[in-house]
Amino acid sequence: MSLKNEKIKIAVNDLNLFYGKDQALKGVNLEVAENKVTAFIGPSGCGKSTLLRCFNRMNDLVDICRIEGEIMLDGENIYQKGIDVAELRRSVGMVFQKPNPFPKSIYENVAYGLRLQGVKSKRILDEAVEEALQGAALWDEVKDRLDVNAFGLSGGQQQRLVIARAIAIQPDVLLLDEPASALDPISTLKIEELIHQLKERFTILIVTHNMQQAARVSDYTAFMYMGDMVEFGKTNDIFTNPTKKQTEDYITGRYG
Amino acid sequence: MVAEKDTYSKHISHKFNEELSELKNHLMVMGGMVEKQVEDAIEALMEGDTEKAMEVRRQDKEVDKLELVIDDEAVHVIAMRQPAASDLRLVMSVVKMVADLERIGDEAKKIAKLTVEMGSDSRSNRRSFVEVRNISVHVRTMIRDALDAFSRFDTDQALAVMREDDAVDDEYKSATRALVTHMMEDARSITSCLNQMWVLRALERVGDHAENLAEHVVFMVEGTDVRHTPAEDIEKVVRGKK
Repeated sequence: MSLKNEKIKIAVNDLNLFYGKDQALKGVNLEVAENKVTAFIGPSGCGKSTLLRCFNRMNDLVDICRIEGEIMLDGENIYQKGIDVAELRRSVGMVFQKPNPFPKSIYENVAYGLRLQGVKSKRILDEAVEEALQGAALWDEVKDRLDVNAFGLSGGQQQRLVIARAIAIQPDVLLLDEPASALDPISTLKIEELIHQLKERFTILIVTHNMQQAARVSDYTAFMYMGDMVEFGKTNDIFTNPTKKQTEDYITGRYG
Repeated sequence: MVAEKDTYSKHISHKFNEELSELKNHLMVMGGMVEKQVEDAIEALMEGDTEKAMEVRRQDKEVDKLELVIDDEAVHVIAMRQPAASDLRLVMSVVKMVADLERIGDEAKKIAKLTVEMGSDSRSNRRSFVEVRNISVHVRTMIRDALDAFSRFDTDQALAVMREDDAVDDEYKSATRALVTHMMEDARSITSCLNQMWVLRALERVGDHAENLAEHVVFMVEGTDVRHTPAEDIEKVVRGKK
């Protein structure tokens, strides 16, 4: 499916990915709309997390991983020679399934990326930390205890802290790999609400096992199966009238 | 994706299969009751059988009860299973069809009420209920075919029901014209003609509800909402699957 009336932020062109001899992604083609949420669903091992990790080249860290094809971010192939991977990861932030705050204060967790970039001004850091915590809908809960250790926060708060840390450095794209799967239902709803707010500023790609979550938060949904992009379309269409039987079977809980 | 008849029995959850199949079965039971209600109402009218007419009114209570049961089951499925795609379309279609069936039952009750009110005094005039008889045959076929289309996921049959409704509307119009002429010619026939008019009106409404049933079947199977859509476009939706 080609996106109409959308600005294309990312285009995946005929992407193949191998772990050694095993092919994990098979000729994936996809367009990601700017300032929209695109969800990836599919059974375990279908390649959705692998695909997500391609967008900031996290798979570079896997020795046996080999990639063919291209991923165009703002018209530039992120796999071409000479790409600054650190810079790429600055503009494409990532949040994982389990919250992974650093063993530091709340403030330092959020300021970490900026300090790494060489920002030293206390005033600039203060502003950026507040803005990021506001953006992650955590500010009101932690503003009086910014200097306490981040491990003291609840799981849901830690996850929002990690999102604050990711958005503090002003990325363009946010990759969320099952961001709510380790959280309770209320914290999950807060994260979903947050995703809804964040898409005004960022292009968001989310992998989730929870189909209802994909239906709730995303504008577009991609269904993957055994490394293939089986179906991609508007979330509304996918969940009311998918065109492929595999998609239908998966989202309605039938035997494939 | 086009839904097929047997796809509802292939869920990993056995219980979910049972719930959906129960929902479908109950809708068919309700449909059968309503179809019988219309049939009995017309027979009672033709024969001036007030006892039968009273029975039709009693049947309506059963239909109403079943309406509540089915709605409750549908709410349960939505709350517990969060159905998607063809499952969701099935549940939504059933909920809407239940409403149409209940309204058909109400129309049958109206006809029965008229029969009781008329009593046996106007029996002589009943021989002129020719139009009523013709239209009632049409709309009963429509109900039956719409229910068949539902149980078989047959959109061609649903399409036939919609076409049939155009014929019913035409017959209704010409019958109305005939009655108006009759009333102008013979003022003494006005009461009897008006009663016929109410019955015709009720049957015409039954036809409309049967058409709605057929539209819900198309939505359930094809995933395209064909309400308020020109006939030729609906045809494209149904033919498109082949």
